[in-house]
Amino acid sequence: MDKKKKRMVIRGLILGLLACAIIYTIYNSATKDKVEVLQDGDKAPDFELVDLEGNTHRLSDYKGQGVFLNFWGTWCEPCKKEMPALERQYQQFKDQGVQVLAVNIAQSNFEVQNYVDQLHLTFPVVIDKTKSVMQAYNVGQLPASFLIDPEGKVKRIPPGELSEQQIQTYMESIKPE
Amino acid sequence: MEKVKCVCGHENPFGTKICGKCGRPLTEEAKAQKVLDMKYDGSAIRSKTYNKSIIDKIWNFFSSVKVGVSLIVITLIASSFGTFFPQKFNIQAATEAEKALYYEQNYGTLGKLYYELGLSDLYNSWWYQILVGLLAISIIVASLDRGIPLYKSLKNQRVKRHESFMKKQRIVAHGPVTEGDASKTLDLIAEKMSKLRYKVRRDGNALLAEKNRFARSGPYINHLGLIIFLFGLMLRFIPGFHVDEAMWIREGEIRAIPGMDGYYLENEKFILETYDNEPTRAQIEQGVSKIAKNYQSDVKLYKQPEGAVLGDTENLDLVKEYSIRVNHPLKYDGYSIYQMDYRLNEFKSMTFGLTNKQSGESLGTLTIDLTNPEKEYVLGENTKVEILNYYPDFSGLKDGIPQTASQYPNNPAFVFKMITPDKPEGEISFVSIGAAPVEAGDNEYKMTFKNVETRNVSGLAIKKDVTIPILIVGGIVFLIGLAIGSYWNHRRLWVQQLEDGTLLLAAHTNKNWFGLKKDLNVVTEYAHLPQYIDQLEENDETKREGDDVE
Repeated sequence: MDKKKKRMVIRGLILGLLACAIIYTIYNSATKDKVEVLQDGDKAPDFELVDLEGNTHRLSDYKGQGVFLNFWGTWCEPCKKEMPALERQYQQFKDQGVQVLAVNIAQSNFEVQNYVDQLHLTFPVVIDKTKSVMQAYNVGQLPASFLIDPEGKVKRIPPGELSEQQIQTYMESIKPE
Repeated sequence: MEKVKCVCGHENPFGTKICGKCGRPLTEEAKAQKVLDMKYDGSAIRSKTYNKSIIDKIWNFFSSVKVGVSLIVITLIASSFGTFFPQKFNIQAATEAEKALYYEQNYGTLGKLYYELGLSDLYNSWWYQILVGLLAISIIVASLDRGIPLYKSLKNQRVKRHESFMKKQRIVAHGPVTEGDASKTLDLIAEKMSKLRYKVRRDGNALLAEKNRFARSGPYINHLGLIIFLFGLMLRFIPGFHVDEAMWIREGEIRAIPGMDGYYLENEKFILETYDNEPTRAQIEQGVSKIAKNYQSDVKLYKQPEGAVLGDTENLDLVKEYSIRVNHPLKYDGYSIYQMDYRLNEFKSMTFGLTNKQSGESLGTLTIDLTNPEKEYVLGENTKVEILNYYPDFSGLKDGIPQTASQYPNNPAFVFKMITPDKPEGEISFVSIGAAPVEAGDNEYKMTFKNVETRNVSGLAIKKDVTIPILIVGGIVFLIGLAIGSYWNHRRLWVQQLEDGTLLLAAHTNKNWFGLKKDLNVVTEYAHLPQYIDQLEENDETKREGDDVE
């Protein structure tokens, strides 16, 4: 009788193990593309980039504040449309603990400075010279925005160009308590 | 489950065909055979023994050879579907929508259907993975079910077998010794068989000579190799085990390496060399003027120090300098960086002269680094050129404003402000390639294009595959099993001296009966044994080569 039980357990274990292996493989294969992409609730990868004045901005230094992270380039038209709205909302929210960090993708200081001057941007603009931050945040198309809450977690990743209304709502959502 | 008790008193598991101890045939079927079916040495295939609970039923399903073969056939057919049209990952299209369009445009309605059914990504589809998984279960269960009883029965086999077992072997001999003293016969057999590298065991008046028992493990080792291989494939789906990325990097750039966190690459130089031979006839026929000799990227690999965060490139450590060539990737920390592609002659810098339109007098030249232009270039006292605007990839005007299509200097355009002693307030000019400058007012000075410097771009691929050693081990184990099962045979000779002084011999091999008979011929002559007969050859010529299939 004991032998029969043993047989059942061993067979059940082997079959169960193999079934788990199959399910695990399918799960991994199905989520493979998503794993590399940041998702809501993930810890925002920390980074350190230099702005036009030579000051270093580190994401983790803004802990306790909400951070509106925006990736852009001078050649990107929707970015240009979004920027003035972002600047206006920055003025509204900067005293309420919401910071804007605009990350340019590997362009020259001259081009970035020119752009900032022309659009009268006052929030920090940093340049991702090696594209490392862009890769870590898996930025494909510009503009790309990431809403990071005061705990340093990704709250939301809204796709594409945002309206002023959206920017306002999102900034509201990452305001510290 | 009840046991099957043999006449000799040995209790065999249910389903056993030949008694494990004495070798008497147990089933009616076995008793009726003239030559016993020696598959798995007559031990019970375990799945056949119990069939009660749901687990047993599932187990028995996978244990079936029929199910296994069906799964192989289904998997083969399914795999072939993936070869009708190119698979998705081979198609040069950025977005999913473009890929969908690609199938429709190139292969029509069939292509669209192919894409929509998911056949364009067949090998990553869940049902294909289930199919391969079921095949793996079948291999494991079937091997366990057959391999373990076979191993046990061979391990516990007795020297002395019952007459009925021996007489039902394919090769038998019965009779008195042909010459000399019968009492020495077993010694002679033992001596000769040992020389032939058989292991000889004796038990009273019985003898068993056995050779290459390990050959029976061939199919199981082979299956083990397959399972190791499939395990390696499974690991590929786990993040971090398999990296396959690509990057473009221009000469002089430092870039983070995609898929290789914390590492940065600097491209010092891309080199394309060609053979400077006169075009051969074949070259002319094919319209090829140059043959490439070498594609090479001279790079420096940097690593961030411990604890550095993304983007912090202050204190990069140089870990390797290398010339990446085709088939000579830069290897580091499990990653390989391959030379994959290139683009030649992208604009790097442009040189202009500031000249007086009327007199043609030059006030100096300036060179603009297109990836890092400066705000102003001082040419002399009271003479300088300011850049008011820079469009690296000028794509025309929109509402009167110049536009840039990308960040790359494919078609640079500038708005210059020329400050000269004559015109200290400055003159403005818009300069682009292949067009007359657009001026605000009537300028006295102009920017004349002198020359351009270019640089090359390297296309690199970053790969990491931890599973390759596992796949290689699986492949080697597979081949070892195949070789063992194919080139070695398990041969056995049973001998008994009966009470009436005659000898009873029986022999079995799982393969290559010819080889076994050669051994038997030698020992028959040496020990003066009665001549053996092949019971199958006598009856049925066509079955002569009938090997056991396991």
